[in-house]
Amino acid sequence: MEKDSSPPRRLYSILIPTYNERLNIALLCYLLFKTLNDLDVDFEVIIVDDASPDGTQDVIKQLQQIYGDHKILLRPRAAKLGLGTAYVHGLQHAAGDYIFIMDADLSHHPKYIPSFIRKQLDTNADIVTGTRYLKGGGVHGWDLRRKLTSRGANVLAHTLLWPHVSDLTGSFRLYRKPVLEELVKSCVSKGYVFQMEMIVRATRKGYYIAEVPISFVDRVYGTSKLGGAEIVQYLKGLFLLFFTT
Amino acid sequence: MKQVFKFGAVVGTLVALWIGLLLSPDLPQSFSLILPFLPVYALVALGCYGLGMVGYGLMVFPTCPHESILLQKDIDEAKAFLKEKGVDVAYQ
Ligand SMILES: Nc1nc2c(ncn2[C@@H]2O[C@H](COP(=O)(O)OP(=O)(O)O)[C@@H](O)[C@H]2O)c(=O)[nH]1
Ligand SMILES: [Mg+2]
Repeated sequence: MEKDSSPPRRLYSILIPTYNERLNIALLCYLLFKTLNDLDVDFEVIIVDDASPDGTQDVIKQLQQIYGDHKILLRPRAAKLGLGTAYVHGLQHAAGDYIFIMDADLSHHPKYIPSFIRKQLDTNADIVTGTRYLKGGGVHGWDLRRKLTSRGANVLAHTLLWPHVSDLTGSFRLYRKPVLEELVKSCVSKGYVFQMEMIVRATRKGYYIAEVPISFVDRVYGTSKLGGAEIVQYLKGLFLLFFTT
Repeated sequence: MKQVFKFGAVVGTLVALWIGLLLSPDLPQSFSLILPFLPVYALVALGCYGLGMVGYGLMVFPTCPHESILLQKDIDEAKAFLKEKGVDVAYQ
């Protein structure tokens, strides 16, 4: 008689948006598989590439040869359509019950994935979010201007929104799939504000959010896009959330 | 309840308290002299609190230089593996 009391295995979908990350995505996949193969969990990697001109998709195809195209799923789009919709697009192709979202630029290190999973199992949280600002977390590679911007944005957001989450703009997170689907539908902003909007709306809807400390090393390869325009966008987003949530 | 209303409720309560004080008779004279300016004090105090928090946040900003060394090691390991598999890991 076969007795199987173990619960059905969970599938984790790891959603990664890329734009011009040909080197980073290769390094990231190596580190992802190294971490997750040790962990004995079922997972799939879903990469949403927005027609990167640097040949990111060619590299992804090579990675599929190494790791299998049932493990690495390339779900490209025809043009650079932005981050928010990249998540929506990736989510449509995700088979997992739990969804990780992370950046491709190695600022989000896969070695923290086990602590997200453990935290979720321990607390049964709807969302586990990585925080740079609690004990055990940290940032490397930011200049004073970048730090000042981040602290200023954080103080402003906490004064106006009272969000109960220490790191609003971090985007290394684990979601229950239905929760992410609902949030993605109700979020309207683009770019940087998107991450903040997701987590603020989640607190307003009463979802349980747990935090795990992560360290964030600023990208070594490639370029990020934080400029004056993003700061204005951030302030607009802040007021939008102040009045609509 | 929308955040703007929660926030407004707090501000409204403070304003109501202030008006109550303005209307109340026989306060000590020194107090009734500064009373009209209390909202200005409050705003200045809030601004100072904000600046102070930003300054404090900068002072205790958590850094992790060690992590960047670890990441560099991981990158080297990954590059060696990928090169062996024939993935192009040149960075231009
Ligand atoms: N698919 C897609 N990915 C994007 C787009 N913009 C940025 N990304 C990816 O989103 C992640 C975060 O972007 P990044 O520029 O590092 O933002 P930052 O770290 O917040 O400065 C990286 O993996 C980028 O490759 C886009 O328009 N489309
Ligand atoms: Mg980045």
